[in-house]
Amino acid sequence: MAEEKRPFQGLKVLDFTWGGVGPFQGNFLAYYGAMVVRIESGLRPDVTRQGGNINPKALEKHAEELKDPRKRLEFGPAFAVTHPVKKYGMSLNLNNPKAVEIFKKLAKWADVFVESFTMGTLEKWGLGWEDLHKINPRLIMQRTNGYGHTGSMASQPGYGQTVTSLTGFYTITGWPDRLPVPISSFYTDHLSPLFGGLALMAAIDYQQRTGEGQCIDQSQIESGINYLAPLVLDYSANGRELALRGNSSPCAAPHGAYRCQGEDRWVAITVQTDQEWTSFCRVVGNPPWTKDIKFATLDGRIKNSAELDRYVNQWTEKHTAEQVMTLLQHQGVAAGVVATAQDSEADPQLAAYDFFHEIEHPYLGKQKFFHPPAFTLSDAKAELHRPVFLGEHTEYICKKVLGIPAADYDIMKKEGVFD
Amino acid sequence: MLSSYRVLDLTNEKGFLCGKALGDFGADVIKIEKPGGEPDRNKAPFYHDQADPEKSLYWFAFNANKKSITLDIETADGREIFKRLVKTADVVIESFAPGYLDKIGLGYSVLSQINPGIILTSISGFGQKGPYRDYNDRDLAVWALSGYMYITGEPDRPPLAPSYSHAHLIGAMNGAIGTMVALAQRRLTGRGQTVDAVSHQGLCFAISIETKVPWALQKINVSREGRERMRIFAKDGTVKIPLLWPCKDGSIAFFFWVGPNFIKHNESLVQWIRDSGVDPGLLGTWDWAKEGWNKYTMEEVKQIRGTLETFFMKHTKMELHEGAMQYRIQLTPVLAPKDLLEFPLFKERNYWREIDHPELGTKITYPGGFVKPGVGDCGVRFRAPLIGEHNGEIYQDEMKMSAEDIVNLKQRRII
Repeated sequence: MAEEKRPFQGLKVLDFTWGGVGPFQGNFLAYYGAMVVRIESGLRPDVTRQGGNINPKALEKHAEELKDPRKRLEFGPAFAVTHPVKKYGMSLNLNNPKAVEIFKKLAKWADVFVESFTMGTLEKWGLGWEDLHKINPRLIMQRTNGYGHTGSMASQPGYGQTVTSLTGFYTITGWPDRLPVPISSFYTDHLSPLFGGLALMAAIDYQQRTGEGQCIDQSQIESGINYLAPLVLDYSANGRELALRGNSSPCAAPHGAYRCQGEDRWVAITVQTDQEWTSFCRVVGNPPWTKDIKFATLDGRIKNSAELDRYVNQWTEKHTAEQVMTLLQHQGVAAGVVATAQDSEADPQLAAYDFFHEIEHPYLGKQKFFHPPAFTLSDAKAELHRPVFLGEHTEYICKKVLGIPAADYDIMKKEGVFD
Repeated sequence: MLSSYRVLDLTNEKGFLCGKALGDFGADVIKIEKPGGEPDRNKAPFYHDQADPEKSLYWFAFNANKKSITLDIETADGREIFKRLVKTADVVIESFAPGYLDKIGLGYSVLSQINPGIILTSISGFGQKGPYRDYNDRDLAVWALSGYMYITGEPDRPPLAPSYSHAHLIGAMNGAIGTMVALAQRRLTGRGQTVDAVSHQGLCFAISIETKVPWALQKINVSREGRERMRIFAKDGTVKIPLLWPCKDGSIAFFFWVGPNFIKHNESLVQWIRDSGVDPGLLGTWDWAKEGWNKYTMEEVKQIRGTLETFFMKHTKMELHEGAMQYRIQLTPVLAPKDLLEFPLFKERNYWREIDHPELGTKITYPGGFVKPGVGDCGVRFRAPLIGEHNGEIYQDEMKMSAEDIVNLKQRRII
């Protein structure tokens, strides 16, 4: 593997983001060689550093340290398992004017600035686009928030749970006789960084060719709706809304989750073509019902899917979900274990891609982190690293990157600039 | 921003969005279809329900901003034409079964000899390697293995998949990002490479905070909870409350956060409930700065839930939306595409795009760009191509094939 040059080597990124969406966009750059400085505040910590999911291992080993509320932030859920990325940590209390000056120096140093606050937050400190563009005309400023940076909702904070509601995603899953249910609690939080990350890289590509900076306005709901484009077109052209069908499909049968051996164990199966149906019948042993004329065509199987589902369940019940998946897949029929988190941890396919990547963590010991880029490049490996601590590199950044004299640094530290 | 790049797009529905997303930033994306058209043009829904490969709304949605040529790359002459196209291209995107391009003699080793800078982006359900590589990666199988199905639906029924299946979109988006990383590296090295983008991994990461974190840290397997997605640790046990709540004319999303970041938020919520003439009950005496859910018994949590239900049922979803804006509450109306098209914010931001479809004699409304960049445009500029619409432009004008050659290739069903 030729690795003499990392994709984003030399790129300097200032990352002032929080929560789910913002940090992931800068993560993409950090995995592939950019130097990313992450600004945080200990006085208003990132929500994903907080919360109740503390590793019991850490509770046991570090009971004393965990009493210190600031130390406790190093154990928060996201920072314990989903941010395995090398960033430089810097803490700043921007209510102190000297901290604002330091921020401006960093904005001048950086090629890219990623932020995820509601409109007006940065402006309050004099750090809006107009201000920073003057300081550094080639800067890319990537802004992401729930509802965009213009319009009547620009200053409304948006968490994934509520943002998702304004994309249509809470209306696509359900049984015909019940109200729709959510797919997950903050679905768009993991789609927005893909759209935002792509925009960011397009802007970097353009900047490297032309030297031009720009401000990118990402409204997470506007990104999310792009995923549902066919439904928008269906309404716009046909006036039709999506009908909720439970697990049945207009183009496949059997189609859905089937009961397997064990408690709450299921396998998903979908059979579309006649060839797949023939293979399916062979795997289940060609019992008489498979020869019933009403199942001979796809249309017939769809029309009689309720009856078909009963037969399929009678067969799957006698096997484990893993057995059914393997038997069917080896004959080319699409099937998958309805996986729990525990199943995923043991998934051999994920293991083949090193999805659960073990990293030594000073507090947690050997800890499995999730390998976030869902793509593998032949010539560039994603560089994984334990999550950054709050303000871990404040002194290094001040002295070595910004060239602030030691005496000035000490004074500012006493004045609470780095809280 | 990306208009200097040419992308050859060989994908089926698994990869449509990848080229479309690059095209939204101006990349020159050429869809290469089998003579007769890409089979996934037959995916519903259709314009006015007319099943026709030129009328699939699914095709329109994810193939706008692309050109189309027809070419049978399984024939020797077709392969040679494809190789000529690769010479001047930057990226090839494909979503065939893993190994297919190698088998027909168009794998990366062949393409990179023709053009060392070429980037080959492969999009698949499970990946180009590993024990599931050759598995049938239909949407539902990938979705189930990702973990989303197990946690969706109701406790008294089987796990549930969406009625709008979209598992492969995440692999396509990761393919677009991987392509950009490869282009960044090519600027430094001059060399292309392969990108292996995988929907299974994308979904497994997307779900990680919700299910894999509780498992990794506390050995809790999150299961199906219907609309009740919030687990409350009360004084005497665990009880769930909803994420989606019914209101007068539909549903709203409200996730009841408590904690240091939500003191003002929750005080304001109580004020709103009072102002609308509902007795806030226990909410009215809650000291948000000091007390958490564990102050209350499960029975009291149910009372609190009852207060909220009464309050929400008094109002329509848009009344609640307006109140939420005024009181700055994390509450949003649950909207379907129909409601989204009417939602005021999108009009204020000039979000929707009316795209001309001259063949249908109409305009269709499309979602706007996924960001608003400062340079150039992001979003749909022109409708998806007709089958082989740009054969003339590419084969004649650009590759200088003679009219005779083209007739000959057409007769042999190569183009």
